[in-house]
Amino acid sequence: MDVIVWSRIQFAMTAAYHWLFVPLTLGLALVMAVMETIYVIKKDDFWKKTAQYWMKLFAINFAVGIATGIILEFEFGTNWSNYSWFVGDMFGAPLAIEGILAFFMEATFFAVMFFGWDRVSKRFHLVSTWLTGIGATISAFWILVANGWMQNPVGTTFNPETVRSEMASAQAFWEVVSNPVAISKFFHAITSGWVTGGVFVVGISCWYLLKKRQRKFARASILIGSIVGIVGSFAVMLSGDASGVHAAEFQPMKLAAAEGLQDGGRRAAFTIVPGIKIPGMLSILATHDIDGFVPGINDILNGYTDNEGNEIPSVAEKMAMGREALVALSIYRSTDDPSEKAEARYALEENVQYMGYGHLEKPEDVIPPVGVVFWAFRFMIGLGMLLLLELLVIGWLAWKDKLAGKRWLMIAAIVCIPLVYICGQAGWIVAEVGRQPWTIQGLLPVNVAISSLSAGAVKTTFFVFLAIFTLFLVIEIRILIGAIKKGPETPNE
Amino acid sequence: MKTFRQSMSAVWHFYRDSFRNMTWGRPLVWLILLKVFILFAILRVFFFKPAMAGLSDEERSRIVGERIAGGQPQAGDPAAAPGSFNL
Repeated sequence: MDVIVWSRIQFAMTAAYHWLFVPLTLGLALVMAVMETIYVIKKDDFWKKTAQYWMKLFAINFAVGIATGIILEFEFGTNWSNYSWFVGDMFGAPLAIEGILAFFMEATFFAVMFFGWDRVSKRFHLVSTWLTGIGATISAFWILVANGWMQNPVGTTFNPETVRSEMASAQAFWEVVSNPVAISKFFHAITSGWVTGGVFVVGISCWYLLKKRQRKFARASILIGSIVGIVGSFAVMLSGDASGVHAAEFQPMKLAAAEGLQDGGRRAAFTIVPGIKIPGMLSILATHDIDGFVPGINDILNGYTDNEGNEIPSVAEKMAMGREALVALSIYRSTDDPSEKAEARYALEENVQYMGYGHLEKPEDVIPPVGVVFWAFRFMIGLGMLLLLELLVIGWLAWKDKLAGKRWLMIAAIVCIPLVYICGQAGWIVAEVGRQPWTIQGLLPVNVAISSLSAGAVKTTFFVFLAIFTLFLVIEIRILIGAIKKGPETPNE
Repeated sequence: MKTFRQSMSAVWHFYRDSFRNMTWGRPLVWLILLKVFILFAILRVFFFKPAMAGLSDEERSRIVGERIAGGQPQAGDPAAAPGSFNL
């Protein structure tokens, strides 16, 4: 394997590892904030101890997960230096806001939440707990603004002098922040974190029920966890629907790959699994219109007319325009003749949206690994539906106080904990593998974004990371299991 | 001013006393410190030097511009990727 593949595998592993901690932070933050709110309203010490227990697991997850995102930034500078320079101006603002505002907000109120029981007022403590979760959420927002821009690069202009995508005005910043892809991604990621938190709380609580320990605590936790998880599941569906429409509009190849759709059309069918299809459903999901046209892989390669009547060029035509952009860029940067420079700039601006296509060797290079994206999409949706069913059934039985004796259901709830992580990872595989070969959609393919490194160097750091990540993961799981076995300080009833 | 100093003192005592009185959280703090040390003192220093560290913005623009525009990078340019598509 060459340096590009090793760098991509390394980045994917780091991002996947990071995403083990983030959703649980987002989900548990909401669960414990709701529990503490009930404590403040009802003035019942049981809810305080219940919230404190989940806060303990939150703290363990937070401690092990902290700074794992920093490694991604190391990799940007070392492995993806061309990309880092290209996006530096644009990423600077959201990542700085993320680092300064959101992270410090999260960290400050985390300390009050963690240390402040009985040292600050109940209300201030409650506000700190909510702000810890809100800080984590705002932090995720800015990261997803940056990610959303890579999927749909709006609001910036390419500056041939600096060779960077730049935000020229406050209006441009607003366009980046309100990028529809970023907004739907944000809600999708945050609410999937609520599902993770809900499934985690329900699963751990079921373990106590299986062990015939802490029944009151477990039932109360199941009720809150399932409500958070169910609300999260429906919100995931709504934001997922928006993501599908945005993929159809801005990244049709990703949608075609996720569906394994070779030839598109109107009333396109949605494939549940190969051989089982729902007629018209893909058109409804992608365009909210049963007669909406959904392009397949071949349509995108050969060119098509979209639902607004726009003629979308073939990939070969985009490659030709991309090459014109690259030639113009080269002339612009090498000539001192003002008229030649102006002419080159004009040619560049005319074709810049296809600049990345100029680096492709053949049209088929725009097709991502279809099998990976297709099956990851099905795992995500299938597991998501299964988890919703689990939360509905267990939440309902806990509400009716009829969970006792449903041993198989409790075991299923515990099994659902790893499944919710697989579901989240599958979602990111769809989002990120589905947009290959682009680091920035249409502008910068991975083979140009990469630094000059030897595959051996990247391979070495890959295995160093693998060892470190595995070690920390084992440590976290051991500490978590220890805390779970010890249990909450609520009365054992 | 006095109020500000008193506030700072209260914050300092809050953190100091909290860390001193920590029970199960203590190993987590050590874990965080160990991780931060590994990340910044080992990985960052020995394995993850930025490829274009020490270059001026003009040099970075030139190197990335040559790479993107398809020109031939000069020997030793750190951003001169050897890659071809291998998806």
